[in-house]
Amino acid sequence: MNVAVSRWRNPSALPGFGLSLGFTLFYLSVIVLIPIAALIIRPWSAGFSGFWHVLSDHRVLAALRLSFGGAAIAALINAITGPIIAWVLVRYSFPGKRILDALIDLPFALPTAVAGIALSTLYSTNGWLGEPLSHLGIRVAYNPLGVVLALTFIGLPFVVRTIQPVLTDLSREPEEAAATLGASRFQTLTRVVLPSLMPALLTGATLAFARAVGEYGSVIFIAGNIPAVSEIAPLLIIIKLEQYDYAGASAIGVLMLGASFVLIFALNLLQNWIGERR
Amino acid sequence: MEKDLTEFVMSLVVDSVAKNFERFPALNGVSLTVPQGAFLALVGPSGSGKTTLLRILGGLEFPDSGTVRFADINWLEVPARQRRAGFVFQQYALFKHMTVEKNIAFGLTVRPRHERPAKKEIHRRVEELLALVQLEGLGKRYPNQLSGGQRQRVALARALAIEPRMLLLDEPFGALDAKVRKELRVWLRALHEKMGITTVFVTHDQEEAFALADLVAIMNKGRIEQYGTPADVRRSPKTPFVAEFLETGPQRNGLLPPHAVGSHPA
Amino acid sequence: MKRRYPTQDHPLLRLLLTVIAVSVIGLFLLLPLATVFSQALSKGVVAALEALKEPDARSAIWLTLLVAAIAVPLNAVFGVAASWAIAKFDFRGKQFLTTLIDLPFSISPVVSGLIYVLIFGLQGWFGESLRDANIKIIFALPGIVLATVFVTFPFVARELIPLMVDQGRDEEEAATSLGASGWQTFLRVTLPNIKWGLLYGVLLCNARAMGEFGAVSVVSGHIRGLTNTMPLHVEVLYNDYQYVGAFAIASVLALLAIVTLVLKSLLEWHFADEIAATHRH
Repeated sequence: MNVAVSRWRNPSALPGFGLSLGFTLFYLSVIVLIPIAALIIRPWSAGFSGFWHVLSDHRVLAALRLSFGGAAIAALINAITGPIIAWVLVRYSFPGKRILDALIDLPFALPTAVAGIALSTLYSTNGWLGEPLSHLGIRVAYNPLGVVLALTFIGLPFVVRTIQPVLTDLSREPEEAAATLGASRFQTLTRVVLPSLMPALLTGATLAFARAVGEYGSVIFIAGNIPAVSEIAPLLIIIKLEQYDYAGASAIGVLMLGASFVLIFALNLLQNWIGERR
Repeated sequence: MEKDLTEFVMSLVVDSVAKNFERFPALNGVSLTVPQGAFLALVGPSGSGKTTLLRILGGLEFPDSGTVRFADINWLEVPARQRRAGFVFQQYALFKHMTVEKNIAFGLTVRPRHERPAKKEIHRRVEELLALVQLEGLGKRYPNQLSGGQRQRVALARALAIEPRMLLLDEPFGALDAKVRKELRVWLRALHEKMGITTVFVTHDQEEAFALADLVAIMNKGRIEQYGTPADVRRSPKTPFVAEFLETGPQRNGLLPPHAVGSHPA
Repeated sequence: MKRRYPTQDHPLLRLLLTVIAVSVIGLFLLLPLATVFSQALSKGVVAALEALKEPDARSAIWLTLLVAAIAVPLNAVFGVAASWAIAKFDFRGKQFLTTLIDLPFSISPVVSGLIYVLIFGLQGWFGESLRDANIKIIFALPGIVLATVFVTFPFVARELIPLMVDQGRDEEEAATSLGASGWQTFLRVTLPNIKWGLLYGVLLCNARAMGEFGAVSVVSGHIRGLTNTMPLHVEVLYNDYQYVGAFAIASVLALLAIVTLVLKSLLEWHFADEIAATHRH
């Protein structure tokens, strides 16, 4: 007798496949897929021109530029400080290191609204950091600079936490080899260590960027939300919803969703690239 | 050790079993008959399909085509949990979070209430099995507190606890050093003599296979190259592969230089 | 001269990098945290505690606990089911399924709220029929729960999937061949092996569920004493210039974050092998 073979899965001795996969697909569809589909089909009632009309609005364009541009700058800043912090936490030992290490995850754990009012207070003109900075003529709060600052805060752990495990697993032998071949320590760091961290660094920066593009809570308090100056795209979605402009809100929403998909695709490509390099 | 094969009741019948994994065929129509109570070794290089065949016997894998009958029942229709095939895994698969006792008792404690032995009886059986595998007094330990050879014997005791209808061993000595390997080998053979359970044993070590088994099946690329008693196979290898396998085997497996036994990777 | 290994950095470089790292963490992470507590206590402990006893504050705390108590178990059950299916079986589309499960992480919280407004809001798919049936989802508890479930959707699953893939199927197969049923195998073999990983995922899921702001903000309607969770109440008070009250509630949330980080670190130190090593969030 032949045992029936289904083409899309290997038979298994373990039970519960139907139940667990069935529940997974059901829950995924109800919570994630169907609602996302509802968003994707929404803004096209007035055709593509209607969609385009919303996005080409001056205020919308400015908000998108700030969200994407600010996220890119923040990711860049984290791509510089992240590897330094990861290097210090992995390679050096000093008292209090474990606490610093645990603190890295604070932006993950701290509710964004709390981070938002804290940053806003800290950098307002009479805040602990805002006051000295204002004497230097630098205004952070209620400025695009404040947006970048909040987005940097929120993205920091992504870069550090992506690089850290790679650095921990990194063999020291290539560094020793470089030294025996006459490389200076600086040459070794920039030409041997850094390239091997590159995939993780790119992944971390992309994750930080993805998070920052859609970030809302930590930004809106410090941003001041001046239309076309310091107003971010997610806030504009909320404003349009409050005006019952569902088509406008969902047009911006679809654009941001599209950006998320592109970023997920980019991250998958990165993962494959890393996999091939191994 | 030589026995008259006609004395055995024909028992485990594998017929034209084939199994394809996504990219490569694992079994290409394998047939063999194992008499009741025999000790069979499936031997061959890695990728020859021997583990896949063993897992099919245990109900952990399913063939694409072919049949398996055991004691005249359609063995493939019986779910793994009802086969009572004592399976000893290559890496032992001991339950890390359970003591040795709990590991051994597991198969008894998961039985439905009306079939489950009383607590006292389970305890007695566990003690008995601990004595059988020479691990008295180690029942309260956790697997990670045992040596490789001890873990191996716990895995065996756990498989024996369910009073298996057949015993299936996947490279059971693969991860052990040469000395322990030799000891356990003798001990396993003695155990088999005592219990008389049909035993199928997978190994890539032909010396081990020939020393232990009543019957050997030499496998290569998903096929059985030759099947017979160790003496027959050694006397007249049927295919060039078998001849070469027998020739290169002893060297690789350290039959000549005894200090090299088991030194190759598992 | 003191000899230095070739893989050791020059002491000056070491000092420089350490100073950079410590000041970034200090100025950027620690100082905001300190601000929260110092602002909350700026008018004294009593004022801060009084602010927490306000009826609106209490109802916000209650609502936050309630929402987390619904959302976290749902996602924990989902996480276990998804990781069981993905880690213990081979089927086509597994990689794609894993990507879909991660999807909510990459979506803006505001968009996460928006999608439910588009379905259940007054102008949404079911808006009118829900109104006729007198069922409130948006601007009510169900909407807040849905949005929270969405943003915390992958937390448990993504912790458990790599862990269970790593642990393989041997122990489950052994249990099955010893006669255990599916539930027996799960409860007695799998669950003990994944319990710390599960706890880790639940911990992170809970922190996010209690602290979620953007998504909940879209669906809540900000009705004081009714649909304001703690983070939303922080916003309302802050925009009302009631700084002590805002920061008092923010302190409670910050304490939750600290407790989460401490427990998370403890789990990572003590059970490193029993939680997934992936440090991606």
